[in-house]
Amino acid sequence: MKILVPVKRVIDFNVKVRVKADQTGVDLANVKMAMNPFDEIAVEEALRLREKGKATEVIAVSIGPQAAQETIRTALAMGADRGILVKAEGTVEPLAVAKILKAICDEEKPGLVILGKQAIDDDSNQTGQMLAALLGWPQGTFAHRLELGETSAKVEREIDGGLQTVDLKLPAIITTDLRLNEPRYASLPNIMKAKKKPIAEKTPADYGVDTTPRLKVLKVTEPPKRQAGVKVKTAAELIGKLRDAGVI
Amino acid sequence: MTSLVIAEHDNRTLKDATAKTVAAAMQLGAPVHVLVAGHDCRTVADAAAKLSGVEKVLLADSAAYAKLLPEPMEQLIVSLAPSYDAILAPATSNGKNYMPRVAARLDVAQISEILAVESPDTFRRPIYAGNAIETVQAPPGKKVITVRIAAFRPVEETGAAPIENVSGPADPQLSSFVGEELSKSERPELTSAKIIISGGRGLQSGENFHLLEKIADRLHAAIGASRAAVDAGFVPNDYQVGQTGKVVAPDLYIAVGISGAIQHLAGMKDSKVIAAINKDEEAPIFQVADFGLVGDLFRLIPELDQELARLGY
Repeated sequence: MKILVPVKRVIDFNVKVRVKADQTGVDLANVKMAMNPFDEIAVEEALRLREKGKATEVIAVSIGPQAAQETIRTALAMGADRGILVKAEGTVEPLAVAKILKAICDEEKPGLVILGKQAIDDDSNQTGQMLAALLGWPQGTFAHRLELGETSAKVEREIDGGLQTVDLKLPAIITTDLRLNEPRYASLPNIMKAKKKPIAEKTPADYGVDTTPRLKVLKVTEPPKRQAGVKVKTAAELIGKLRDAGVI
Repeated sequence: MTSLVIAEHDNRTLKDATAKTVAAAMQLGAPVHVLVAGHDCRTVADAAAKLSGVEKVLLADSAAYAKLLPEPMEQLIVSLAPSYDAILAPATSNGKNYMPRVAARLDVAQISEILAVESPDTFRRPIYAGNAIETVQAPPGKKVITVRIAAFRPVEETGAAPIENVSGPADPQLSSFVGEELSKSERPELTSAKIIISGGRGLQSGENFHLLEKIADRLHAAIGASRAAVDAGFVPNDYQVGQTGKVVAPDLYIAVGISGAIQHLAGMKDSKVIAAINKDEEAPIFQVADFGLVGDLFRLIPELDQELARLGY
């Protein structure tokens, strides 16, 4: 079985984002970029399935600028077999990403697509579910544990109030939550090897997909700031303040 | 035309998230219908009919909807979509699961986790874990929206809407429910509690969360945790407040032994009043706290408990 893993290039999660003064977006100039952390977990899960003999090939796909090739190389250095870069400039909304991925699934016929549950830039949390709907496949979102069988997958999911287990008919879509696994670091020899692994270059037009955004971003602003308040000296004083504020 | 709100419930009780999503839908200016999809859930439909501003409740009662699994929910909502201009669901783990499927089938861009309705086609939503706020305008046509429930006040319960039975296409049977482990607690749920007391790595162990339980019992508060406390195995993952956990906005948030990482602040900084107890006076949590108490929590929490007891809480 092939596993497809879409990976997104985003601002590194350690970077504090700054909103641009002209309110057109956040400042991406000279900012460290990295693979979306949830996608690293997706790559790791796919690799573990291949190492257990449950998958034959792991394909990393990225949709983005030429520089997204680095993100695919990261996946290849972790152990993915080959990459597909779909070159697109500017914002590509989840719906367009899902349409491109659907076309790739039609060609590659994977048994499983594992995606991060959301990208830490737009926080949309949509692509995996949209892809599942376009393909008519079942989905196991926010996966905490995955057990892959011959014709079905058992997924333990993180839900409000606890965990839920569902059984999915294959082929299926999985989206990863934080505690599914701890992604590995790429070793130096594997980073060198990754340079020789093939990456196919495509465009959205190759798949017949129009990536023009549907939503118009009118502005991007800073969130309202909270002011630091006062320090109190004792537990009794704290309770006094909370009573004065009328919250207890 | 009309807006459709998808109800959040457990087949017995209607969740507060629904009343908050109706509040957001009312701001679109069109009549609001509520869809209750579930199994043996008539009481939920009765509760939804009482929500102020709701004109009609649609009840889809079938075993296929018992767990709101995304594949049959998609089919049902898409089959009802031709009558609606906007479809809204709370951004709960259920809403986040089925709504993008609906959007994809309708070929529209979903607008995720709106914080505010600026006008019927323009919305504010958080990006970068709430470190920036995006104002987006939707094109003419259907809108598919999820609502950040912490950002809206629930509507009142003074209505009496009619309930109409509906049914959807046959269950595609792509997935099946196996089981669930839900945290059993007498305390209020994190996302609807008026008071939350949360613990972080400073608590040092899962046993020490019992210290917080005493205070929580006195204040009828929910208990939360930072990601660090969850990752350390002190408490289950559904306690987590933060960017990748629950986003909450109670009247009072008490952070105990939590340093205040950006990812935690993203989940609680919209609380009305924040109190923080931490031994490190430089901890970032104090930059957002209305009231800060610097000191050893193992001494201060019992003191807090005694003082509350003295005052009759």
